[in-house]
Amino acid sequence: MAIEGVDLVKAAALLGAGLSMGLGAIGPGVGEGMAAAKACEAIGRNPKEAGLLTRTMLVGQAVAESTGIYSLVIALLLLFVV
Amino acid sequence: MTLLGMDNLALTHTAAFIGGALAMGLGAIGAATGEGYTASRASEAIARSQENAGDIIKNMLVGQAISESASIFSLVVAILLLFMDITDPGIAKAASLLAAGLCMGFGAIGSGVGAGIPAGRSCLAIARQPAISGRITTNMLIGTAVCQTPAIFAMVVALILLFKPTGDLAAFPTCAALIGAGLSTGLAAIGSGYGGGMAAGASCEGVSRQPETATAVTTTMLVGQAVAQTPSVFGLLISFVLMFRSFPESTALSASVGLLSAGLCMGLGGIGPGIGNGMTAEGAVRWVARRADYAGDLMRIMLVGQAVSQSTAIYAMVVSLVLIFVV
Repeated sequence: MAIEGVDLVKAAALLGAGLSMGLGAIGPGVGEGMAAAKACEAIGRNPKEAGLLTRTMLVGQAVAESTGIYSLVIALLLLFVV
Repeated sequence: MTLLGMDNLALTHTAAFIGGALAMGLGAIGAATGEGYTASRASEAIARSQENAGDIIKNMLVGQAISESASIFSLVVAILLLFMDITDPGIAKAASLLAAGLCMGFGAIGSGVGAGIPAGRSCLAIARQPAISGRITTNMLIGTAVCQTPAIFAMVVALILLFKPTGDLAAFPTCAALIGAGLSTGLAAIGSGYGGGMAAGASCEGVSRQPETATAVTTTMLVGQAVAQTPSVFGLLISFVLMFRSFPESTALSASVGLLSAGLCMGLGGIGPGIGNGMTAEGAVRWVARRADYAGDLMRIMLVGQAVSQSTAIYAMVVSLVLIFVV
């Protein structure tokens, strides 16, 4: 199995895309889950504020999502641009 | 075609032995940790309530037996790998057997640890409410059984990889696709197994604190666990695509690495959302037990929160599918 330069670079880009999105998905998944768990707790303590708490949770999760989106962007750049 | 100058039969046996060792070595981590947690909680429970030691020990042993099942799956796959007849040796078969070991080894970790959590919490729950120990054990059994699902997915993929005929497949890139298939289900099962355990643990505690809310608690637990299983279902989907799609022969490194990367991406990407969904379900179940009158609101916020936490697993699946079908 002969490996040429261009082939090696492409292989590295594909592996990089998989690792970028795969590893990058771990943090937001756990972090957003934590935010949602605490939102459940907060609604349990104060059910009247459910609307405000849901909004706060979603804003917090959206920020936590950002690193997952960076990973997706980098993965897509590695797949289609570089 | 041969690899490293080894003849194909030697290569295939080498891969099978390494796969068997990995299946059992990795597969022992989860069950041992989970059962240790169960035993520690059982000791605590007996210290609090000596007169119920019999019920607590019975519950501990039942819980540990279920937590053990993930590593028994690993043992079965490892024994099959060590003693199976290899009829079509080759690079693809070698990769398939190694992948079977990796898939079952990684796949047993989450379920073993996860099932230990409700088993341990239910021992404490019996110490708190000995009068409803039957109800608590039933709830624990339902919860731990669902925790085993990811390990069962891993076993299904491992068995398919073990017995899949590879004779007429192109060695490259099929070998990389099969290893990717093993990693996808195996790694994604870690998060789902552990996450399902967190939800089940909270429900055992909830049932003992507020026995009258038991139905709402068990329902919330099951819904939460079902969503926490989704990343491992995505992992299973990518594995099936990688196992059953036939890839045109190509000795280019990039063709093989792309398929391996697809499996790795979905496998790693499933870990975080599985754990996150489990955390969310744990929080929701705990508060449904305390405020059963708001069970509907709590279920709604749990599902919204889990859906957002799921998004990165969906990105990982999209990238995996692009790696398989587009580039």
